[in-house]
Amino acid sequence: MELVLMTFFPLVGVLALVLLAPHQKNVMRWVALITSLITFGLSLWVLSQFDPTKSTNMAVQLPWFRLAGVPIEFYLGVDGLSILMVLLTTFLTPISILSTWKAVEEQVKGFMIFFLLLEVGMLGVFLALDLVLFYIFWEFTLIPMYFLIGIWGGKRRIYAAVKFFLFTMAGSILMLLAILYLGLQAGTFSQPQLIANRAIYAGAEMLLFLAFGIAFAIKVPIFPLHTWLPDAHVEAPTAGSMILAGVLLKMGAYGFLRFNLPLFPQASVQAAPVMAILAIIGIIYGGAVAFAQKDVKKLVAYSSVAHLGFVVLGIFALNVEGVSGAVLQMVNHGISTGALFLLVGMIYERRHTRELDAFGGLWKIMPIYAGISMVVTLSSMGLPALNGFVGEFTILVGAFGSKVYGSPWFAGVATTGVIIAAVYLLKMYEKIFLGPVTHSENKSLKDLSVREIITLAPLVVVIFWIGIFPKPFFDLINPAVEQLVQLVQSAAMVLH
Amino acid sequence: MTQMSDLLTILPVFIVVIWAVLLLLIDLWIPKGRKGITALLAVLGLATALGVDLAIQGQTSFAFNQMVVLDGFSSFLQVVILASGITAIALAYDYLKRMDIEHGEYYVLLLFSIAGMMLMTQAYNLLMVFLSLELLSIPLYVLAGFARSRTESEEAALKYFMLGAFASGFVLYGSAMIFGSTGAIDFPGIVAALNNGSANLILFVIGAALLLVGFGFKVAAVPFQMWTPDVYQGAPSSITAFMSVAVKAAGFAVLLRVFLVLFPSLADKMTPVLWMIAVLTMLVGNVVALAQNNIKRLLAYSSIAHAGYILMAFVGYGNGEVATNSISSALFYLVAYGLTSFGAWALVIAIEKEYGKGLMLEDLSGLGKRYPWLGAAMLIFMLSFAGVPLTMGFWGKFYLFRTAVQAGNVSLALIGLLTSLVSAFYYLRIIVYMFMKPGDRELHIDKWVSLVLVVTALAVVALAVFPGLIFEWAAQAVMLLQ
Repeated sequence: MELVLMTFFPLVGVLALVLLAPHQKNVMRWVALITSLITFGLSLWVLSQFDPTKSTNMAVQLPWFRLAGVPIEFYLGVDGLSILMVLLTTFLTPISILSTWKAVEEQVKGFMIFFLLLEVGMLGVFLALDLVLFYIFWEFTLIPMYFLIGIWGGKRRIYAAVKFFLFTMAGSILMLLAILYLGLQAGTFSQPQLIANRAIYAGAEMLLFLAFGIAFAIKVPIFPLHTWLPDAHVEAPTAGSMILAGVLLKMGAYGFLRFNLPLFPQASVQAAPVMAILAIIGIIYGGAVAFAQKDVKKLVAYSSVAHLGFVVLGIFALNVEGVSGAVLQMVNHGISTGALFLLVGMIYERRHTRELDAFGGLWKIMPIYAGISMVVTLSSMGLPALNGFVGEFTILVGAFGSKVYGSPWFAGVATTGVIIAAVYLLKMYEKIFLGPVTHSENKSLKDLSVREIITLAPLVVVIFWIGIFPKPFFDLINPAVEQLVQLVQSAAMVLH
Repeated sequence: MTQMSDLLTILPVFIVVIWAVLLLLIDLWIPKGRKGITALLAVLGLATALGVDLAIQGQTSFAFNQMVVLDGFSSFLQVVILASGITAIALAYDYLKRMDIEHGEYYVLLLFSIAGMMLMTQAYNLLMVFLSLELLSIPLYVLAGFARSRTESEEAALKYFMLGAFASGFVLYGSAMIFGSTGAIDFPGIVAALNNGSANLILFVIGAALLLVGFGFKVAAVPFQMWTPDVYQGAPSSITAFMSVAVKAAGFAVLLRVFLVLFPSLADKMTPVLWMIAVLTMLVGNVVALAQNNIKRLLAYSSIAHAGYILMAFVGYGNGEVATNSISSALFYLVAYGLTSFGAWALVIAIEKEYGKGLMLEDLSGLGKRYPWLGAAMLIFMLSFAGVPLTMGFWGKFYLFRTAVQAGNVSLALIGLLTSLVSAFYYLRIIVYMFMKPGDRELHIDKWVSLVLVVTALAVVALAVFPGLIFEWAAQAVMLLQ
């Protein structure tokens, strides 16, 4: 019941918000913040009872209803693959809400309601073990995000919001078809039971893999399905971008881990080289395009394409190093890119521009901002002793040793992505912070306020924590990853 | 001789007809300007019939020498139709006053039309089918032209009448063919003639095809949909709302029963035709809706599209294993569509300034911000139409597509899913205008219209959280199909 309480707790906040009068803006902010903090507390409570060696923890399995004889269940559970995603969600939500304190003045009530609803949806996605329930949460996250972009976004917000909605829905459609097929063939929608009954639908594995895979690939996004991402990111409000990059993209990668790998192991092995090639194209292409951007937010958005390329590369290495590195890197990307979007948002609030050329020399004017930005930029680059390094290094180790890739070239080419990342991120840092102050408007910029420092501090702490002492994180992930990898590898044996 | 049990079998229809006749007289004594009383009385009559219908759920009987039947299927659909009737009156009351077309006949004609629809769900004889079709249609022709002095309304009535008359002709001609082929006009007789091989199959197929065309007009399936946008746009919105739900429910009731009872042997010939009609209906409805800027026309095309989804259920009707699931998925979808549709039309009625004015998409600008509850309700309806989860519409599509996959029609399910993606675009346009464009329009929302909005919105969500109830009810209704 812990999971149910945690997942739906934000609804309490929604209810409270609905009852508030429109002018009580500050009360609304506090209600949303406190609700999300309590949800974070509840997730820590879940963590305290979490046993990484068990395949599902705190499972809640309630019959919902039967459709033509097949039960559809309300089935939640948490394991090593999802626990960090849950924590990431509950951790980033209060930070995002705190970041909107000054940025969102219009329709605060609606904003906070959608934000808390989004949290419910995201938690549900990471916890659902019934395919239909998963699909419901998956689609449900679209609606609040659509409004967050469409109402509180930038100039081309409507275009971006509709594009975001339709792209994701296009992917989901194939997934729904596959879910229907699985349910009909196996007579169940429960993920563990489907794994046990894999033989029933083995003939259609590849098609099913593709149907699920396209839905997840759009969300990740994997090249060439990434085109919605820059639009959505650039137009979304800061808090929306943070959650979009921090959590929503992870839903795609998580989907591969939770469904594609264990449900369709043979197809996963067969598809792995192709997925790796797409991932590597994403790494190089995302990096190159990021380098060419003049708008900081677009730069960060394209860097996401590159970073998530690493995650996909790790997942489809199909060995323990690769997959656990990928899971950790999902967290890292959520933290680092979330922090980057936050930093971009803070400077945008002051200058109302995000053009790289509009800045320069901020180091002298905003020392605290510059210092934190450096840590975050270096973490995104993958500097040792910061979080990004641990994740990318583990992924590359996995990719080098991967039997399914069968060649060290995959990892070799991907490594150049690390260098490209260094190039565009350092260019960004240099253009904004170093050199002389070229624009007189910048001279009067205020450094970070206490609230802004509080917003950023937890992220910086986690950046160092994972960078210096990642063991507790790996301890949470590894047992589940070992099980998953074993399952896939034994299926691969059948194949050969 | 008419017996008591015969009357019991058609008791709900009987109540509505008698009530309509009485109301016609009573209305003479109700002063102009107090027509609310007529509306209230009409609702009372429908509610009584609804109560009886709910009480006799699960009973099965025949009456009048097997002219009519009472079974789970008919009582399910009668509940849908009666509930539609009550909702339509709630929507009409204030609307008629505002449009200055408040006359007592409105409610009486509505009752007659409802009686026709109810009888249609019970018809067990081709003559009864035709009779009930006429009883359904003729009052509706009048109602479509109820805003007499307005050309749009007159145009709608004329178009509806012309094409409706054609459709009736097709049905009658088809019935004649089937009579010629089998020598029987009652369902059991026709089935018997088919089973013992005495039927002329060519004539029978022609007859079946003509029936399909006739009812294709009524449910607005492509290529028999041309009248829909014009009639839906020109007719008073309160009547359009009623037509978009109840007429479709009645049309599908006959189609389902006729196909399942009379035409199982034609499944191999009919299936490709039905496949084609379903696909075309989904495609044309959804694609043309993309280009609409008038919300009434947009909803008209959307209603065509939804008829296409329901037609998906027909494609597998010949496959015994799937048939029961097909039919109950169609019934479930009808309920989902009906609730959603009434909600959306309630909004149309709320925003209609003068007759046919203020109905462009731009007129929706800013409404979501100014009236958050109205906006939330419309959001629910649009998501339900598009088939996004936690709405009835999602489960409706889920069940329909599941059945299509079960019947081996993955291509059909895929087309259905792709067209829902297309539909999401124009439903989202409405949301974009309501929430993301600036505007400050003031609305006058009548209390009954708000009630419809609230009830339908809550039902669409609540029944999505507990869909088991309707699923089971629909499954039960089909089990008892005679």
